Amino acid sequence: MSIGLEHYLILSAALFSIGLYGVLAKRNAIVILMSIEIMLVAVSITMVAFSRYIVPLLLTGQVFTIFIMVVAAAEAAVGLAIIMTIYRTRETIDATKIDLMKR
Amino acid sequence: MGLEIAFWVLAILVIVAALAVVFLRDIFRAALCLVLCFLAVAGIYVTLSADFLAVVQVLIYVGAISVLIILAIMLTRGVQRGSPSNKLRIPAFLVAILFLGAVGFAVFNTPWQIAGVPPVEPTTSALAVKLFGEGGFILAVEIAAVLLLAAILGAIVLVREK
Repeated sequence: MSIGLEHYLILSAALFSIGLYGVLAKRNAIVILMSIEIMLVAVSITMVAFSRYIVPLLLTGQVFTIFIMVVAAAEAAVGLAIIMTIYRTRETIDATKIDLMKR
Repeated sequence: MGLEIAFWVLAILVIVAALAVVFLRDIFRAALCLVLCFLAVAGIYVTLSADFLAVVQVLIYVGAISVLIILAIMLTRGVQRGSPSNKLRIPAFLVAILFLGAVGFAVFNTPWQIAGVPPVEPTTSALAVKLFGEGGFILAVEIAAVLLLAAILGAIVLVREK
């Protein structure tokens, strides 16, 4: 059986689900950020697969993937900077203990 | 035939590495598995004949983002051992499984219109025309530049010693 669009879509859906579980279930803020990166990569695979199989001559999905990478880089830089600041002031990066705005 | 083997090997590698990121107790090893996952995704891009994106994936994700994450892990070490789960482990698992089932149902019940045309290769010049050429995405490129500048400035301001 040859590889088609569905294979890539199911692969990226599985990757997205793993990232979703990590975001919802983990306590360490850095692991949550890593799970978000996994979810962004899963969406990128979907974009490239659609670009390859639906509109192979337009490359629009690949252009979108480049912008997703830009956003992912910016998000990683700012997110890790926020985590470092929280660690410096509160001595923890446990997401369940960072609840200053809840009180 | 070679493409099929490459796809299955890379897909299994991607899924196993991602599962290791979520389930490993040691955060540092989880970060190393994240690097492996990004490398395998670059291979997936190659099987989709997106050569430029594969190289950019290695440069940005494996080169830059992983280094940032590992640096942050090094700087916040000793806070807590391992990466424990919170109280929402079972509901989170159910939500993830439900999401996977819903997407799988949608994928298999949609009549995709597959174009039989072979893809453009190599993609670098075609992508450049798409990004910078007439009627392309030049405005989005400029906005992305401003976004990156804002992100760099924000990160510097956030981590600077007072």
